[in-house]
Amino acid sequence: MRQFDEMYSRLPTGDDAGDIRKHYEAYARWLNTQDPQAMASRREEAEMIFRRVGITFAVYGELDEDKNNEEGGTERLIPFDLIPRVIAAKEWKSMEAGLVQRVTALNRFIHDVYHDQDILKAGIVPREQIERNAQFRPEMVGVDVPNNIYSHISGIDIVRAPDAQGNGEYYVLEDNLRVPSGVSYMLEDRKMMMRLFPDLFSQHRVAPVAHYPDLLLETLRASSPATTAEPTVVVLTPGMYNSAYFEHAFLAQQMGVELVEGQDLFVKDKFVYMRTTRGPKRVDVIYRRVDDDFLDPNVFRPSSTLGCAGLMDAYKAGHVAICNAVGTGVADDKSIYPYVPEMIKFYLGEEPILKNVPTFVCRKPGDLQYTLDNLKDLVVKEVHGAGGYGMLVGPASTKEEIERFREALLANPEGYIAQPTLSLSTCPTYVDSGIAPRHIDLRPFVLSGRTVQMVPGGLTRVALKEGSLVVNSSQGGGTKDTWILQD
Amino acid sequence: MLSRTADHLFWMSRYMERAENTARMLNVSYETSLLPQSAAAVEAGWEGILSISELLPAYTARYKNITPRDVMAFMVKDVDNPSSIISCLRAARENARAVRGTLTTEVWETQNQTWLEVNRMLKSGEFERDPGQFFEWVKFRSHLSRGVTVGTMLMDESLYFMRMGTFLERADNTARLVDVKFHAMQNDFFGAPQYGAPETESTQEYDFYHWSAILRSVSGFEVYRKVYRDVIRPERVAELLILRPDMPRSLHASLNEVVSNLKLVSHDANSDTLRHAGRLRSELAFGRIDEILATGLHAYLTQFLERVNVLGGRISREFLMPHAA
Repeated sequence: MRQFDEMYSRLPTGDDAGDIRKHYEAYARWLNTQDPQAMASRREEAEMIFRRVGITFAVYGELDEDKNNEEGGTERLIPFDLIPRVIAAKEWKSMEAGLVQRVTALNRFIHDVYHDQDILKAGIVPREQIERNAQFRPEMVGVDVPNNIYSHISGIDIVRAPDAQGNGEYYVLEDNLRVPSGVSYMLEDRKMMMRLFPDLFSQHRVAPVAHYPDLLLETLRASSPATTAEPTVVVLTPGMYNSAYFEHAFLAQQMGVELVEGQDLFVKDKFVYMRTTRGPKRVDVIYRRVDDDFLDPNVFRPSSTLGCAGLMDAYKAGHVAICNAVGTGVADDKSIYPYVPEMIKFYLGEEPILKNVPTFVCRKPGDLQYTLDNLKDLVVKEVHGAGGYGMLVGPASTKEEIERFREALLANPEGYIAQPTLSLSTCPTYVDSGIAPRHIDLRPFVLSGRTVQMVPGGLTRVALKEGSLVVNSSQGGGTKDTWILQD
Repeated sequence: MLSRTADHLFWMSRYMERAENTARMLNVSYETSLLPQSAAAVEAGWEGILSISELLPAYTARYKNITPRDVMAFMVKDVDNPSSIISCLRAARENARAVRGTLTTEVWETQNQTWLEVNRMLKSGEFERDPGQFFEWVKFRSHLSRGVTVGTMLMDESLYFMRMGTFLERADNTARLVDVKFHAMQNDFFGAPQYGAPETESTQEYDFYHWSAILRSVSGFEVYRKVYRDVIRPERVAELLILRPDMPRSLHASLNEVVSNLKLVSHDANSDTLRHAGRLRSELAFGRIDEILATGLHAYLTQFLERVNVLGGRISREFLMPHAA
């Protein structure tokens, strides 16, 4: 299978040093002069700092309180790789334009779905795809939200794969419009790189990312329904045992706003308040890191203690903003993903700048047949799956695994989509035996307030296992600093 | 600030202070146990440790005999004992983690580092090799934690609730220490004897080591000499640890800090909590040691502990966990 490496146009083998791509030349020269021992001790230093700072995540299914006693138990470090993923400024420019376009169209789509449903009437997206979607929230029909923005924070997963000529082509793999996470790693990875290798940053013009919390706060404030000059913004976390708790605490601190849990909030006369040492204080904007299902026990899951009873009433009355809005999941579902290029044309009258991965929708008989015939070459995903779970990577699976998936697929074709197995681009990465190419992806974080903006770059995730295409941190993925290199 | 945040800060400091005081107490018992004395006296000393923390039943349910090794293991590294040093450090760190965004980077990293280190030390057997060194380490981590708090935190409510936690806990812990140690001396002067320490050891020399051990457990040995310029006399030890406002670990000094921090967070002039704390403090300010001893030290301290407990409950209800409005 054809390969694309971010750093090498021709990978090194044996005595052959390979060919370096232009935007990586300066870095490669620098790396060549580094003593491997010194780099090894840098790696240890990085790990020690991450541990001391407590940049950890919890792993699903391991929240066993009894085992929490030692070494913080279930708190794990996400491996950090020292070799940055570098993107040339000109490539980023076009990616950025594509992201703005895509997220703008997705927000228009969500608004449309909960109001006039023009796109359904036009027959572009089938009605049942929306109304039978578990992520469709009937409670949101006809509800107006500030600026008509639903997905204030969007994490768009982008991968790169070689085309027929062997050139790298970017594809959007997935849109994350509910509670995308990982931005704290983008920021901490950069901080770590600057701490470990300050000299690198004097030699390279790396676009800064540290102002992300400022942009985020600006975005959240712009979403406030209140007319006050100083709206009160809070971050709502499920609590310290959530896998992304570090990020919630980090963002609240960086923005200088309160980090609240459901128990800290209450609703009175359709206004939301938090309990403080000086009595109740009104809340205007909630940056929630809690899923829709848990937001309000009166409306959604009654057993939830993570949200706040009455929140939806306050929201619908326009007394509080919830970011991201309730019901955004209807647009980031894998069954909706194939329609995004059409949405861009429909709402914006533009040609999509960023490509979708060609996708077979198994609810269509033709696509299902093709998928069944080609299981060993395809990646098959559950429509509602996340985190790299519930998917089949054909080329990497045994016959039995494929047969088991075939049965699941036949039993519920609507629950699946299939895509060709993309050979994700690789980037040189430190592994036990030295430096070797490993597959990577990229998640830029797009902010939609009065304007759509982002910091240059995103979170690069790397699959540390040789040949693996799964970059999720819950399945052995690591992260890298991402450099947008200015000319 | 959020009530829950204040609650976490308050308890983070309390647990750190508790870990320190437990280490101090264990260290002094460990050192005293190295002095020549009867087995019964040694056992009485270790039993005292357990009764200070009201842990005697929990201990006897798990261990057959009271031995220095078992008591130390129970009080240092037993994760099922909520008052053990490891449990306190864990609780301090968990509370810190819950509000890490409110803490300065230095405060958080100090707490986290303490937790990572204590696990390493207990696993590697460092504690068993040199308990004295370990207790000293716990004490210094607590010093560091207080220092980095005062040295880096913005002087606002967050700091005040942390300080309140520290000193409320200290008032409680010092009172317990004085209570048990004075009881162990079974001196008629202080009320009815409780433990059967052999009379042959009630020599002046033994007394000296005993009282100086108590003083050292609260870093008060040099302080005593400086303040009284006298041989060590039990009633003066009691006065120093209960009434002296300039002795940093005394009940009076601790209550002074509780009251001044409480005033800083109080926005209600008629606060019942503040009134309660102020009354407790003024009784210490205007109390006399001979009166206290005349009514009975044990009775006095028992009542004091109860009132500190009530005060903690009032702080909690007024600031930390107010009911829904």
